[in-house]
Amino acid sequence: MTKLQLITKGLVKDNPSFVLLLGMCPTLATTTSAINGLSMGLATLFVLVLSNMAISALAPVVPDKVHIPVYIVVIATFVTVLQFLMQAFVPGIYATLGLFIPLIVVNCIVLGRAEAFANKNGIVDSALDGLGVGLGFTLSLTVLGAVREILGGLSVFGWKIPGTGDGMLAFVMAPGAFLCLGYLMVLFNKFVAKK
Amino acid sequence: MAVQSNLKNMVLCLTCVCFGCAAVLGGVYAVTKAPIDETNAKLLKEAVGAVLPEGGELSGAMELTVGGLPSEYYTLTADGQTVAYAVKSTTVGFGGPLTIMVGITADGVVYNTSVLSHTETPGLGAKCTSDEHFMNQWKGFDPSQKILKVKSQQGDVDAITASTITSKAYTLAVENAVNAVKSITEEVNND
Repeated sequence: MTKLQLITKGLVKDNPSFVLLLGMCPTLATTTSAINGLSMGLATLFVLVLSNMAISALAPVVPDKVHIPVYIVVIATFVTVLQFLMQAFVPGIYATLGLFIPLIVVNCIVLGRAEAFANKNGIVDSALDGLGVGLGFTLSLTVLGAVREILGGLSVFGWKIPGTGDGMLAFVMAPGAFLCLGYLMVLFNKFVAKK
Repeated sequence: MAVQSNLKNMVLCLTCVCFGCAAVLGGVYAVTKAPIDETNAKLLKEAVGAVLPEGGELSGAMELTVGGLPSEYYTLTADGQTVAYAVKSTTVGFGGPLTIMVGITADGVVYNTSVLSHTETPGLGAKCTSDEHFMNQWKGFDPSQKILKVKSQQGDVDAITASTITSKAYTLAVENAVNAVKSITEEVNND
């Protein structure tokens, strides 16, 4: 597998939201607007790349029986670092995403990549894998957020389409998240993933 | 590949990893502490400033019970006279706690309100932070002239469309703040 393939497989073939259906909780809950989806995706990307690198470096010296606690401690550290940074420099986004930032610790994408990839591969490959999967997650969350924002609030990235009313509120709420995700998944698998 | 899973290795590995992580966290905390405090102070100042008249001197946070919950308030003084109070007031909205800052002048009239944090439904109750009609009706709201209840409860507060629960919670938060300020001013008068 070439370096480029490491990145693209996370975007398309192993897309965490539309193909692997991992990390559904933040996917459904934070995509009320495109900006929120994008921020959540980037936050996860940050943790993914760093934890993948750290875990790939640590893996050879970690005894098998304690590898899960060690990985969780490493992931939790990076999430807390992220929290500090967000609180300091982007307090608005931090306030919007709130609880879902600390919940990245238990996001199954992060632990999944650690288990499935990072502990068997080198640091550079692990970083690229984290980057690919993180970008895939960011992409799907942004698309889902944008679709929900357009249908539910008739605006694009916070910019209200002039002369329009309220939109279909159901799409901003939980049922709309499931509906949009389902249809996007169908479209994605029909036109992008299955070649 | 991996090291043997005997007790010594496991304890050693976990201890080292935890020490390493604690060191990283301590470092980042030390670096980000100043910017975080600065941001929080700025946000609080903005929230308090937004609900009070301009000018005068703002006090630090003081403790107060609002609607049965411990909270805090700030006073604005000019020329030795208390001009207004800013009271932090929390009630339960549709999705969870709704915390607002209520500015009340010394004669008991609401000056302005602003939302500090909420978990209301986006597009419905969350409009309490953006619906101009709803927000503007609090400016100059005089509780001695008008009734602090939403219209469906024979009050004078216009609720947000399709968000009666949020509107009621917001109204209750204002009411609690008004009552809290009443208790402060009465105390001052008795002294």
